[in-house]
Amino acid sequence: MNETQARELVLTAIADVAPEIDTDTVDPDTSLRDGADLDSMDFLAYISTVSETIGVDVPEDDYERLDTVNAAVAYVVEKSAD
Amino acid sequence: MGVFRMPSLGADMDEGTLLEWLVGPGDEVHRGDVIAVVDTAKSAIDVEVFENGVIAELLIEPGVQVPVGTPLARIEQAGAQEAEPAPKTPEPAEAAVQAEQKPTVQTESSEAAVREPAESVASAQGKPAAPKLTPPMRHLLHQFGLEPRQVAGTGPEGQITRQDVLAAAGESQAARPSPAEPALASPAERVSPPPAPAQSRPRVTPRARRLARERGVDLSGATGSGASGAVTAADLAKSKPRRVDRTAAMRAATAALMGRAAREIPHYYVVSTFDMTPTLQWLREHNADLKPRDRVLPAALFLRAAVVAAVKVPELNGHWDEEFKASAGVDLGVAVATRGGGLVTPRIVDAQDLDLGQLMSHLTDLVKRAKAGRLRGSELQPGSLTVSSLADAGPDVLYGVIYPPQVALVGIGAVGSRPMVLDGELAVRSTVTVTLAADHRATDGRTGARFLSEFGQALTHPEEL
Repeated sequence: MNETQARELVLTAIADVAPEIDTDTVDPDTSLRDGADLDSMDFLAYISTVSETIGVDVPEDDYERLDTVNAAVAYVVEKSAD
Repeated sequence: MGVFRMPSLGADMDEGTLLEWLVGPGDEVHRGDVIAVVDTAKSAIDVEVFENGVIAELLIEPGVQVPVGTPLARIEQAGAQEAEPAPKTPEPAEAAVQAEQKPTVQTESSEAAVREPAESVASAQGKPAAPKLTPPMRHLLHQFGLEPRQVAGTGPEGQITRQDVLAAAGESQAARPSPAEPALASPAERVSPPPAPAQSRPRVTPRARRLARERGVDLSGATGSGASGAVTAADLAKSKPRRVDRTAAMRAATAALMGRAAREIPHYYVVSTFDMTPTLQWLREHNADLKPRDRVLPAALFLRAAVVAAVKVPELNGHWDEEFKASAGVDLGVAVATRGGGLVTPRIVDAQDLDLGQLMSHLTDLVKRAKAGRLRGSELQPGSLTVSSLADAGPDVLYGVIYPPQVALVGIGAVGSRPMVLDGELAVRSTVTVTLAADHRATDGRTGARFLSEFGQALTHPEEL
């Protein structure tokens, strides 16, 4: 999966979980939990969606690596290449 | 024979607007089926039916606002032969009181109670009571531009049925085909309803309405491209209707309830801080082998601990109505912040029967639907105890206000690293501070202290949850 596809996947997952968030204006380097206001249940749903879309079980220790859009894109590119 | 009434969807609800029927006459329904969508001040609610049977007649049209307790539909029980002896027909006001006292959708076994409320509904809408014409049939007649005297009723006691209206409409259309609309070929097409007359309330397909609710879109004034000008999902995707602002209504509803709580309930508070370090370690190990969607969050641990404590200290699990009445099960209210910034507290019924994993999946489903404004009527009845958590928002301690008629509320603060004395030494541990707000009319501080002790015992032994 290339970066464009990964970004599309991550933003779709966020929009899916929190429809009120305008994904065009989310700062790609801001914490989704602190900045974009995803609570712990939203964040788990977002992790679940990403995990199921790329077919990789994201362990809890990796949650931090999905906390911003840019970090999550890099994570998805890396994991989908494995 | 039963009557499906406008339910009371919370202590603060006096009237509701029927948004949408999900069933029609002749449809078979079962206890628990969602058959209608009702709009309250706070949100649109999926309303369930509480008996098995067949929908005999819809008494109220979508868009009409009626008081709590007003009959919305008649339901015939499958296999019912004779109507049972008729008890006194309740007046609408009395029915509303009944509905409030018994917070479930009311049904009644009475032929008389069925017929007469239909008339009181008509007068409630400001229309004269027409004995042999129900509101849906009057609406249908109006759509076809027909007068009641033009239709021969073939129903019981000469009542005009849908078939009668369609037959009469077919005849009148066939009799005078308009140049713009030539007579249609088949009888089936001929009797289809004409385009809806211009009105402020647009016709909306069920899917479009669901979509609008999920997106918080106001449909009044929307124009549609579907049959009879109905607003379809496609229209919704195209247009950008303005958002409904429910913030003010929600604020008012919360203000009324919390105002009542502050006036009537003498609150006392007890507070304890618990060491979550071993619990969180247990949770990490528990989740390690699970797929993300099956993992358990600390939020579910707090709910489970509250349920365990409520079972062990039943004096705090129930309602205050002149005196304390304990609830049989733990119907756990969960305070959920909605996307618009409001607050709803749907309940999980009989939470004592759910293990940790089941409680987590119930919570996930409930929070998702609460945020999207898709709760069910049964979930908005008062719980027996409520848990409110600001764990994600950061404050150390939450001093809550009790939801009447409940007698206690558990407040959860943020889990974080804090100093704590452990085995006589100062240590940095993951801790949580839990408050219990309780009604001093029902219990004393000692009972509250016992609840917190049981809560802590459960929370720090998650393997037993």
